[in-house]
Amino acid sequence: MTVAAPRRWFQWVLSPVPLSIVVGLVLGAITMAVTGNDPVEVYTEIVRGALVGPNLIYTIGWSAPLVGMTMAVALPLRGGLVNLGGDGQLVLGGLVSVIVALNMPGPGIVKLIAALIAGIMAGGLYAMLAAWGEVRWRVPMLISTLLLNYPAKNFASYLVNFPMRDPANGMPESHMVEVGARLPGIPGTPLSSSVLLMVIAVVAIILFDRRTVAGYELRMRGLNARFAGYGGVNLDRQALLIMFSGGAMAGLVGASIVLGEQFRFTDYALVSPNYTWTGLMAALLANGEPLSAAIAAVFFAALQIGGFGMERATSIPRELTSVLQAIIILLLASRAGLRRRLRLGV
Amino acid sequence: MLGIFDILLFHATIQAVTPILLAAWAGLICQRAGVFTIAQEGLMLGAAFSAVAGSWFIGDAFAGVAVAVVVGVVLSAILAAGGVWFKGDTIVIGIGINLLADGLTIFLLRQLFDIQGVFQDPRLQGLTPLRIPGIADIPVIGPIVSGQTWITYLAWVLVVVISVFLFRTSWGLRLRGVGEQPEAAETLGVSVRRYRTAAVLASGALCGLAGAQLSLGSVTLFSEGMSAGRGWIAVVAVMLGQAHPAGVLGASVLFGLADAIGLRMQGLGLPNQLTDAAPYVVTLIALALAVRRRKTA
Repeated sequence: MTVAAPRRWFQWVLSPVPLSIVVGLVLGAITMAVTGNDPVEVYTEIVRGALVGPNLIYTIGWSAPLVGMTMAVALPLRGGLVNLGGDGQLVLGGLVSVIVALNMPGPGIVKLIAALIAGIMAGGLYAMLAAWGEVRWRVPMLISTLLLNYPAKNFASYLVNFPMRDPANGMPESHMVEVGARLPGIPGTPLSSSVLLMVIAVVAIILFDRRTVAGYELRMRGLNARFAGYGGVNLDRQALLIMFSGGAMAGLVGASIVLGEQFRFTDYALVSPNYTWTGLMAALLANGEPLSAAIAAVFFAALQIGGFGMERATSIPRELTSVLQAIIILLLASRAGLRRRLRLGV
Repeated sequence: MLGIFDILLFHATIQAVTPILLAAWAGLICQRAGVFTIAQEGLMLGAAFSAVAGSWFIGDAFAGVAVAVVVGVVLSAILAAGGVWFKGDTIVIGIGINLLADGLTIFLLRQLFDIQGVFQDPRLQGLTPLRIPGIADIPVIGPIVSGQTWITYLAWVLVVVISVFLFRTSWGLRLRGVGEQPEAAETLGVSVRRYRTAAVLASGALCGLAGAQLSLGSVTLFSEGMSAGRGWIAVVAVMLGQAHPAGVLGASVLFGLADAIGLRMQGLGLPNQLTDAAPYVVTLIALALAVRRRKTA
């Protein structure tokens, strides 16, 4: 046994995540310089666009769905399962909750609660379908979750273009959800109360991860699935339940966007902001640990909202920020391998 | 109903199969070398954009294909460096490459062309379909086989080339050895790292061709995210075909057929939102059935 040395700041900076971020930002700066822009100015605009004045509120608003979609990936990832099906789960969650909110009889609050639950269930069950495919049919979830996105997106697109379409509108959109069945806003801000829902969900997931037996079993699975199975964990049941939970988070995000911000289901509106893939990157960055994943998600949200500010102030398209994110992930994935290799001495 | 199955359908199938087939060859070579890659989607997308950019700025379709192949190789070098040299997780790196290609193509579309969504221009040079003398005049077969791009013919010729390479040459034997028994291969003096790097870079070139076929062959335009899951279907084709050239070819043709039938149903009045899902649903069902058969066998 050795006593752990006190961690110095440079050890922290040299650990994989911060180093990847720093190198990624430096590579981004080089890209900017090559394309004839001043990196200092660009980064200043990103920071200003993300944090100063009313922009901070936008960053918080953008963080809510992003953190949710991060959790949808992070929960299964904690157990070593990859959920690439966020888009499908998100879309079905939003779609089903709008269908329920539009068609259910009763007072608004009943509709709202039923719609939220229905959206959560829809996302969860759709993700569970992929887990069932792996458990029962041995269809790898990495592939099935990804492929299941397409039928879900196309089905929603069909419904909203034809049977559910609001004919009074030029866009492929559903009818509006009545005012009483909407998620209320947070007084004094332009934010929807879905922000609070996400905070509650994240706290619950962190407690689950750190304080419960099931959370411990999940982490064991992630470290060594065979060991967990040998120790008495029912791996099939665990896979079904954890994918359900991940998909349920995606469904909740879908439901809270349509019930709290857009009040209707619009074709492509849930997938075009790319919440799913940004969330995936945040979860990968944190290797599924919920608190770090949430922080990574907020970091990416700030980067993206900052990207809008940068686009307004300079001539650089905001997609530069998604390039930066991808570079950070690539560096991290390679560097984590480097560290493992050094440790094993291979 | 039988009206769906006619000569044009098979012509369309061959066209639809080409990018899937090339990306599947890429996956097959990597799989045989022991590298599991899911980067095909991003490599194809990056190549599709580069092909259009190359053709536009140089003014020649072949130059566009060349640029696409170079970009495919450069992007796959990320996988080679991260996955083979630093031994990072190839799945995570593959996801990273896919996201990088997605962001970078949208970014460059705006930087270079000042356009969002779709770039299309009548002056953009696409690949011309080749009319094969002799074959073109044969009834039934002529209209199906003739009139495709050279990339399509290359994709089919590769069935033979890859089979011979893998099973009839010493390099192919070593490549398979590196995939199946890396320690043994290393002991015999075969550099695992070098063979894997070569396989990954070759897969980049193949995906480069696949992307060029997408944006300069089937159509002559670039649209954001135009690889649209074909790279993933190619990943499944390699699984279904158990990394054997004939099997992979069969699986790719099945998906191409589903794609073409979907397009045809659209012509018959079904909404495209439903028919577009056909290849993915067929892929999933095929995967489930194949794995079950293998288990009970």
